[in-house]
Amino acid sequence: MVTGGVTKFAKAHPAMDFRLMVKRAYDYALKGIPNLTADRIDGTRISYFSDHFARQLKAASMVQDYLGMNPKGSVRIEWGGATGGECFQAAYEAVASGRMDVCLAAGFETMSRVPTWKGNEFIALASDTNFDFPLGGFYTGYYALMVVRHIYEYLRLGRFANVKDEREAQRLAIAEGSRIMSLVSVKNHTNALHNPYAQYPKRLTVDDVLASEMISFPLTREQICTMSDGAACVILCDEARAKEFTDKPVQITGVGCGTDTMRLADRPFGHVPLLPHEKAKDYEDLPYPGVHSFRAGRSAGIEAYRMAGITRPIRELDFIELHDAYASSEIQTYEDLGLCRYGEGYDFVEHGDPFLKGIDYGFPVPNAGTIPVNPSGGLIACGHPVGATGLMQAVFAFWQLQGTVAKHFGDPTLQLKQPRRGAIHSHAGTGSSVTVSILERGFR
Amino acid sequence: MSARPPTYTKFRDVQAELERSGSAVYRDAEGVESLIVRSPYTINYVHSYAEDSPFFLGLAEGKLRGSKCRKPKCGFVYGTPRSHCMVCGAPTEWIDLPTRGRVHSWTTCHFGSEAFLKETPYNLALVEFEGVGSLLLVRLRDCVESDLYVGMPIEARFDPNPKYSITDVWFVPSK
Repeated sequence: MVTGGVTKFAKAHPAMDFRLMVKRAYDYALKGIPNLTADRIDGTRISYFSDHFARQLKAASMVQDYLGMNPKGSVRIEWGGATGGECFQAAYEAVASGRMDVCLAAGFETMSRVPTWKGNEFIALASDTNFDFPLGGFYTGYYALMVVRHIYEYLRLGRFANVKDEREAQRLAIAEGSRIMSLVSVKNHTNALHNPYAQYPKRLTVDDVLASEMISFPLTREQICTMSDGAACVILCDEARAKEFTDKPVQITGVGCGTDTMRLADRPFGHVPLLPHEKAKDYEDLPYPGVHSFRAGRSAGIEAYRMAGITRPIRELDFIELHDAYASSEIQTYEDLGLCRYGEGYDFVEHGDPFLKGIDYGFPVPNAGTIPVNPSGGLIACGHPVGATGLMQAVFAFWQLQGTVAKHFGDPTLQLKQPRRGAIHSHAGTGSSVTVSILERGFR
Repeated sequence: MSARPPTYTKFRDVQAELERSGSAVYRDAEGVESLIVRSPYTINYVHSYAEDSPFFLGLAEGKLRGSKCRKPKCGFVYGTPRSHCMVCGAPTEWIDLPTRGRVHSWTTCHFGSEAFLKETPYNLALVEFEGVGSLLLVRLRDCVESDLYVGMPIEARFDPNPKYSITDVWFVPSK
């Protein structure tokens, strides 16, 4: 990867349609590397999630057209919430296969064109329309079902195992889980205070998060990402050209993708696919994945780690841009990606491991800096223009690895100290498809 | 960014027409103007339940149907029917599910898609049935958020006036 660009994510960009948003991100990307002119780009991969939001079929062709890329080759990529992550991997494959020397990956979404609850309806059409959608058509409801069970498995049967009264134990466990999810929300919103591209940077307390509007019990508004307008671009090329275009290239050393059933109700109860540092007996009594964990995320992680030669992700990754559409799914994903064992996600947050060092979150974070997760602010604070989101993560990760966060953000706070390797994680549906890509500093 | 009244004072007829149609001119911080028009669209989509049809026809008769893999070695039992087994790929046969089960997980939705906002708040539950390998997602009625818990015994009710939707069945707390 040699460059990237992002538009500011916003609730609405009425003065820009999707073509102009992509053009702005593309121009920003090109500005960074004068040696790379448009004629050197061999083709494109263009992503957006929903034809309903665009209300323009073949919108990717219109982007290709607007950027002046005709008659080069192009394909539109769609993979639900993981659309951007999949687009990144499609561009990677175009280069890795030798089909292209230089490939542009561009993504966008314009979600402001319909009211919020109509937008939720469009998103929920990405759930089974026979069995799931007619019950409420509501993704936050699906994620609430998942986290209630996650809390049951790991807090009710964990720290509240000794509470005799079942309903009281569950009540206490949910209150505890809600409090810990709020720590994640505070983390991501606080990090975003230093990211000028973020849609909702704000200083919050745990009480603010808990007191925000209840959307689907126990998930409150501040624990959920919002709909956005935005675009992002990255340019990938082979190694020889990378050095011609920039002295700070970033290498993609692993890609992984996993899938699971569309319906939550169909998730089987089997065994945990193990990472190298785990043993089968760690999870003897754990029904997996059930609705509490994302088997697709686990599979994507296994594939990407294997390719990158990662055996202990917590030690060998310096940060992760993680698809935190919900504070709950960020915690669930720590476990899927092996940052901690299944069941330890809540402890992991409370100990402060995924927080940044040197930032005041308003509560103690003793282990801050172990592995910063969503140093950019993630989806919860940056916004989630679906087709752009996974590419936005790639751009933020790229700037981290280059050490150019201060330059692009106008603020050095979020720059980690010489990170060597990071991961980006893009997630669709109720975990029906997930991509993980590993990026490494490609220069000394 | 906010909606501003159009500023084309020379063309008052344009301004009046914009307002009548619900359209507007937006101006951002740099003074760039965007014309916003509204275009409602509705569709009457022909949705086929296809191989899932017997489930929905069953609801209209007050029956809750799952499916079971026909391959004896596999025999996976589905709480949400699938016409082919996801484990081994063999065809399945229709079976009657128990009408009593337990809450595997639950939530109370205070919002929903636009089409369902008027029904809020509503409860959702994943139901687990004894001897069945997968779950069923349903609405849970006659109870409120504070009543709900994992493991709660519940039982099915059927709409006497079926709409041929998954909402023709719902569950209530068992007495």
